[in-house]
Amino acid sequence: MKQAKAAPQMEVTGYRRPFPGTQPGYLFPTYAATVKRAPTQPLVILPHTLSELTGPVFGHDEVLPGDHDLTRQHKGAPIGERIIVSGRVLDQNARPVPHTLVEIWQANSAGRYPHKVDQHDAPMDPNFTGAGRCLTDAEGRYRFVTIRPGEYPWGNHYNAWRPAHIHFSLFGPAFATRLVTQMYFPGDPLLAYDPMYNCVPDERARQRLISTLDWESTMPQIALGYRFDIILRGAEETPMQTKR
Amino acid sequence: MSLQATTSQTVGPYLHIGLSWLITENLAPKGVPGERMLIRGRVLDGDGRPVNDALVEIWQANAAGKYAHPRDPQAKPLAEGFRGFGRSATNQDGAFRFRTIKPGPVPGPGGKLQAPHIAVNVFMRGQLKQLVSRIYFPGEAANAKDPVLALVAADRRPTLVAKAVKPGMLEWNVILQGKGETVFFDC
Ligand SMILES: [Fe+2]
Repeated sequence: MKQAKAAPQMEVTGYRRPFPGTQPGYLFPTYAATVKRAPTQPLVILPHTLSELTGPVFGHDEVLPGDHDLTRQHKGAPIGERIIVSGRVLDQNARPVPHTLVEIWQANSAGRYPHKVDQHDAPMDPNFTGAGRCLTDAEGRYRFVTIRPGEYPWGNHYNAWRPAHIHFSLFGPAFATRLVTQMYFPGDPLLAYDPMYNCVPDERARQRLISTLDWESTMPQIALGYRFDIILRGAEETPMQTKR
Repeated sequence: MSLQATTSQTVGPYLHIGLSWLITENLAPKGVPGERMLIRGRVLDGDGRPVNDALVEIWQANAAGKYAHPRDPQAKPLAEGFRGFGRSATNQDGAFRFRTIKPGPVPGPGGKLQAPHIAVNVFMRGQLKQLVSRIYFPGEAANAKDPVLALVAADRRPTLVAKAVKPGMLEWNVILQGKGETVFFDC
């Protein structure tokens, strides 16, 4: 009997190196704090072994259903404009990254973090902590309910202000896919002056950090939606060597 | 199809707000087999000052050399209660710590075994993307034949090997710049 030929099973052999100009280096003097913290010796190129091709797996026992809603963590509603932030986590091969942990944190609507290091003279909001997390679904989708963060000053240079942003932390399927990034908002005039946003030469790579206004996720009468898709490194694959 | 990966950005100074909930300094609760140890260290900047706002994450195999991950094809036992992930935020002295077990050897390039090691990601304000390093173990004969250590100049290899402080306690520091600068990898 003739057997239907199954698609060859693929084995991940490594993750792609970044496209030039799309990932930052370590020393970037316009972001002053890099000067004393960037390695001075060249990096050693690491072959991807089983240690880099695997990574921690998190489950629904750790991330609770309400953890994605930053507007319902306290007694009252936080001050500010309620928004939906959602998108998909894909890899460079355009495949969804399912069931992966997404952690976010952000300032309140006045541009203040509830953190001992943040001394900015803007009001705290007792109804807003600014932390959330979720797992992507089977199609790589995630969704947060939050309030629009405020811009805030920082000490990098005279009159330095951060554009409004939300910090994102993602794991992906492997140690090599770990990513921490920031999401920005469309039309923010501060982006042009922000050393972090301008850390890579590739303009389109920068622009992909800016979310888009998204009618699909907007809830009428309730909250505007912003869409932010995240692309994790893609695997390099070869057909699995199978013994007959 | 090939998309470009999202650009990395710094964790900034307020990372604790979003990341502290998952602090995991004890990776191996009671009953997890293996040689128990405390690994402690400090993160120091180019002026030798402690970095008090870094986050250190580790990823390791269990004592049998098996990763708790579906992509590990080895027919080795998983250890119940052991994920292999740790996260520690540095304190005012730049210090972090992990209580864990020594990982067993895992295969490397060409199927040859690597020396036991722990994969490390370090995040901090002042870094636009994480630093990647590894912790190896002192007095380990396999270090001499490890395919990754072999890629590192001999005089810098000691920065990747933890020092024995006393029985059950190791020290491994992250020196960002200058004398004794830790080896970091382009992962
Ligand atoms: Fe921030």
